[in-house]
Amino acid sequence: MRARTAWTVIAVISVVALGATGAVGAAAWSDYQQRQDTPSAVTTTDAGGLTGPDRIVFRNTASGEGYGHVASVPLDDPTAARAVSGIACDRVDATVAEVSCLRTVRGITPLYTGTLYGADGAQLSEWPLSGIPSRTRISADGAMIATTAFVTGHSYATIGFSTETTIHSPDGSDLGNLEDWTLTIDGAASAPVDRNYWGITFADGDAFYATVGMTTQGVTYLVKGSLSERSLTSLAENVECPSLSPDGTRIAFKRVTAGSGPTVHWTPAVYDLETGAITLLPEQRPIDDQIGWLDDDTILYGMPREDAVGDYDVWALAADASGKPSVFIEHAWSPAVVR
Amino acid sequence: MYISLTNSPTPAADKREKQLGQKRAPRGIRTVSSTVITLGIVSMLTDISSESVSAILPLYITGFLGLSTIAFGVLDGLYQGTSAVVRIAGGYASDRLDQPKWVAFVGYALAAVARVGLLFWTGFAALTAVITADRIGKGIRTAPRDALITATSDPARLASAFGVHRMLDNIGAAIGPFLAFVILLIVPDGFHIVFVASLAFATIGVAILGLVVPNVRSRRRERSAGTARVRVPWRTIVGGPMRRVLAAAGILGLVTIGDGFVYLVLQARSDFAAMWFPLLYVGTNIAFLAFAVPLGRLADRVGRARVFVWGHAGLLAAYVVAVLPMSDAAATILCLVFLGGFYAATDGVLSALVSQLTPAESRATAIASAQTVVAVARFVAAAGFGILWFAVGRDLAMIVVAIVLAVALPLVAVLLHPLLRATVPADASADPGARA
Repeated sequence: MRARTAWTVIAVISVVALGATGAVGAAAWSDYQQRQDTPSAVTTTDAGGLTGPDRIVFRNTASGEGYGHVASVPLDDPTAARAVSGIACDRVDATVAEVSCLRTVRGITPLYTGTLYGADGAQLSEWPLSGIPSRTRISADGAMIATTAFVTGHSYATIGFSTETTIHSPDGSDLGNLEDWTLTIDGAASAPVDRNYWGITFADGDAFYATVGMTTQGVTYLVKGSLSERSLTSLAENVECPSLSPDGTRIAFKRVTAGSGPTVHWTPAVYDLETGAITLLPEQRPIDDQIGWLDDDTILYGMPREDAVGDYDVWALAADASGKPSVFIEHAWSPAVVR
Repeated sequence: MYISLTNSPTPAADKREKQLGQKRAPRGIRTVSSTVITLGIVSMLTDISSESVSAILPLYITGFLGLSTIAFGVLDGLYQGTSAVVRIAGGYASDRLDQPKWVAFVGYALAAVARVGLLFWTGFAALTAVITADRIGKGIRTAPRDALITATSDPARLASAFGVHRMLDNIGAAIGPFLAFVILLIVPDGFHIVFVASLAFATIGVAILGLVVPNVRSRRRERSAGTARVRVPWRTIVGGPMRRVLAAAGILGLVTIGDGFVYLVLQARSDFAAMWFPLLYVGTNIAFLAFAVPLGRLADRVGRARVFVWGHAGLLAAYVVAVLPMSDAAATILCLVFLGGFYAATDGVLSALVSQLTPAESRATAIASAQTVVAVARFVAAAGFGILWFAVGRDLAMIVVAIVLAVALPLVAVLLHPLLRATVPADASADPGARA
């Protein structure tokens, strides 16, 4: 083929390829604008504040106005009209006085931040995250804020899977990355090269629970941490993303029940801290969330909606395996029960 | 057919070259060949394609699909192994069939076809398949493409040619993420637009390669002389001066711990680096593209082996700066500049060095071998550094590696001593393609 013909063919291919991209982009943009201007798919009210006593705070995933914003409903009437705030977050946790919000700050370069808000929505502090928001929990007294982020830059990065779990004070100061703390597994000091921490849940005072995972072996442990000693001690294997019950006796978590790697299947389960007994709960779908407790008998977790990408529901399930899962709040994600 | 990329050299540079006793090429071929530019544009388009997807993949998987990224990292090592094996196979096939263009074409086309899958499937398994195909494609195409660059370049300006190619390549690597993030800024859930754009750029790249780049065959000349051989002469790869180059690349690879760890050290020391963490690799790419041409020219002037070895001083500087008590912002930026300089002094220059030492009929295999040695050594280095990191702590581990590198550098310089001065091979038959 002569050079001129070749370049003509390439020009035609380029125009078609880039034109198609432009057309798809324009259609997606107009579709997005339309969705933004559509009133929310659920009934909403204007939020007086972000959080308050006896409410459930969550991320609103109902399409339309207010998608991705922090919202709340009364604890005793979760199907009531949700109060939607003006603050958008990817992950959220709340106490009566504080809201921890992890978000992706979109821009020409996306950045990730953790922000602490007061109940009235005033920003108290902010710190950068090294990657995509994953988990956040506030201690009951509001003195500690835990965050987990997937450390990302390049998804092809040679470091592979990595998480960064840190604990901050309300003023934004940092207690350090857990990877610098002392780790004891089965009574022996351990420092595997590929350890990662995620999913902190605070107990009273000095103690907290978290997951440590060894990427290469694919093993995870439930560890109990001490803030004052900067130490972590293993309690049980294959207990991931813990969540301490309100009475402090059990831990709800996700347990690997089938597969590994991309086909891994996590099932919600409950670990009894005293006896070590593990109860698998009757949920057939794979879950990937840090479970929350509605009360001492019921757990809550987010589950993607099958019919809509980017939309979730919060489901409730009896903690003693006595019932079937049921939808608790539609179009919602990252529930936090505020008592 | 040659096009001018750079301005005419300064009189001072001419004088220096005369003092070095280099033979001056005729004025018409002082610059980079059009095939090198075209291959650079193909790489640029392909990098826009792959980097735009990989930049948003973590966001897409966790934020949009609501899946976990845990499995992603586990598989990473496996892909790297596959890529290394495929790379040698790609180089060998290119030499054996004497079809460098079409072997490279298969690699580029495979990555492009895989992107079609992104438009129709949204599961994690589909993403894994696409990334695997992308990496296999990258493994197949790299060595034959570098052999084509060699075959169409003036042997005296080979490192410059590789510099131009790597510059264009890295422009693509910098544009890709930028393009993807701009799309998401305008349409926050517009991941599929990024996938369509990725397929579009990959398709244009493959079309240019297929329609414009000549398939330079090294054996044409020999066949007419009646000495055509189908077998790839392995002795030229594992023996002679190549043995020293492979050893040097391997030794230096063993102390190259990978950007990821340098970024993690920076991230741990400062909020500045933590905030910009997701973009540090873009900064390194930009430094790489800025230095690629000047360091390629330097390599042509003072010797490729010399620039390859002493380019590792840039890596050493990055290690040292990462732990040096200085302003965090300055340390982060300096680190990226040194890392970019290190890549610019070693990546294309190694291919140029290998090309200069091997005959045309085993060139792609030789380039693939050198790149595989580097990749495997770096993989071992990363694993070893991980152990060191947790044994002695982050900063001390970095200092230890810096010291080992500082000791290794002069030793490797001694090892490569016979090659340090050689710029253009004495044996002119090493580059028949350039005159074909």
